[in-house]
Amino acid sequence: MDEPIKTDVVIIGAGPIGLFAVFELGLLDMKAHLVDILDKVGGQCAELYPEKPIYDIPGIPFTSAQGLVDALKEQIKPFNPQYHLGEMVETVTKVGDNLFRVKTDQGKEFESKVVVIAAGGGSFQPKRPPIPGIEPYENKSVFYAVRKIEAFRGQRVLIIGGGDSALDWTLNLAPIAGHLTLLHRRSEFRASPDSVNKMMALFNEGKIDLVFGQATSLAGDGGQIRKAVVKTTDGSVFEIACDAILPFFGLTMKLGPVADWGFELKNNELIPVDTAAFETSTLGIFAIGDINWYPGKLKLILSGFHEAALMAQKAYHYVYPEKRLVFQYTTSSTSLQKKLGVAPAKVA
Amino acid sequence: MVRITFIDIEGTVRPVDGEVGSTVMETAIKHGVPGIEAECGGACACSTCHVYIDEAWREKVGPASPMEEDMLDFAYALKPNSRLSCQIKVTEGLNGLIVRTPERQA
Ligand SMILES: Cc1cc2nc3c(=O)[nH]c(=O)nc-3n(C[C@H](O)[C@H](O)[C@H](O)COP(=O)(O)OP(=O)(O)OC[C@H]3O[C@@H](n4cnc5c(N)ncnc54)[C@H](O)[C@@H]3O)c2cc1C
Ligand code: FES
Repeated sequence: MDEPIKTDVVIIGAGPIGLFAVFELGLLDMKAHLVDILDKVGGQCAELYPEKPIYDIPGIPFTSAQGLVDALKEQIKPFNPQYHLGEMVETVTKVGDNLFRVKTDQGKEFESKVVVIAAGGGSFQPKRPPIPGIEPYENKSVFYAVRKIEAFRGQRVLIIGGGDSALDWTLNLAPIAGHLTLLHRRSEFRASPDSVNKMMALFNEGKIDLVFGQATSLAGDGGQIRKAVVKTTDGSVFEIACDAILPFFGLTMKLGPVADWGFELKNNELIPVDTAAFETSTLGIFAIGDINWYPGKLKLILSGFHEAALMAQKAYHYVYPEKRLVFQYTTSSTSLQKKLGVAPAKVA
Repeated sequence: MVRITFIDIEGTVRPVDGEVGSTVMETAIKHGVPGIEAECGGACACSTCHVYIDEAWREKVGPASPMEEDMLDFAYALKPNSRLSCQIKVTEGLNGLIVRTPERQA
């Protein structure tokens, strides 16, 4: 097995709160690695409502959700956070005094003194499409993500959806698949115009099939799909023979592996914490942002930022048990400003 | 007040009063009508406030905007009369509106 990545803190979830945690930890000299199942940072802000406005970030009368994420990324740059995107944290294990092992579904392992769970509403996972009887085929011949393109060489592939994922995979798999059909419920596509144009070109060249309608049932055996029954927009019903189906119906937040980390969850979905440091029942593991619960909890970005600051104060004592923490302001502390890369030039 | 009636998949009928200017989703949440989740709080970002508009009301309620159509792609068990209830503003003209909630939201 590869050596685990050693660091002060592993942050699970790179939503706005996980990102800001890097800042608060960094000011106190703690290095952090961030892991997120999404292929980008920003959590709900980036995935659910990037273009929408936010009006309640203190001191910022108006910003877009993506604007906030971009600003946070800029703000934490001096601390050189290490991002591990497209990876889901599966296990968190205490392996010693103030020592934790964190493992991802990609087999990556971390060893850290502190773990910060900033998992928000849970990990983003693909939505199951509304086709009855799809479950037995899942991960056998129905896939919600493509890991190895080569697995589809020569196969008859049916892609369902009209967003960027559906169109990107249509473009990528068209040269590989034996036959490819793109099925979407209407003739407008949400995907970027460039992808739509490229897809239409493939269709016009006869390289792919394009069908407007919805899959209503599936047939196959032993997990192997054979065909999908499709009802088109104009009401006609026909079958599409296929060896694999790739449905792209967007993402939904599911609690996911967090449920198995040994916490007694509030309402089966939130990790209870104390309000002095937002620490969980396992000392050294903190939970901040939307994922935690305490009396009076508000699921606001503002609250999560506050939680990150208090968490860092306590985390310091696990990372530097022998040191005393001196409280400082970024406005006036030259040592903090040096860390931020904004220290004023020394007066000779 | 504008009377809006929600009928769930089991056929349970729930008439409630909505305020002009609010949305059909907000009306449902305010009155604790089950079957509407509204995870994103009405930002047209989640499609978990999906409803079916009664045929008699489809014309009055009108069609979905392009942004709403994009979100409807993700809704469960879509029909021609599907709408996202957070995108329907309550007006005097909708007094008596009947909507049905789907089997599930996601
Ligand atoms: C439409 C909408 C509008 C909103 N408007 C506002 C507003 O105006 N003001 C406001 O303050 N708040 C608003 N919110 C709420 C705000 O977005 C959340 O409070 C905030 O995103 C919480 O941040 P977070 O970092 O705790 O979690 P999230 O943003 O949920 O991020 C958590 C991240 O953790 C990842 N993750 C979870 N589990 C794992 C795992 N096991 N492995 C790897 N990664 C994992 C997820 O993929 C996700 O990216 C709004 C929310 C929505 C949906
Ligand atoms: S409440 Fe989320 S789309 Fe309507």
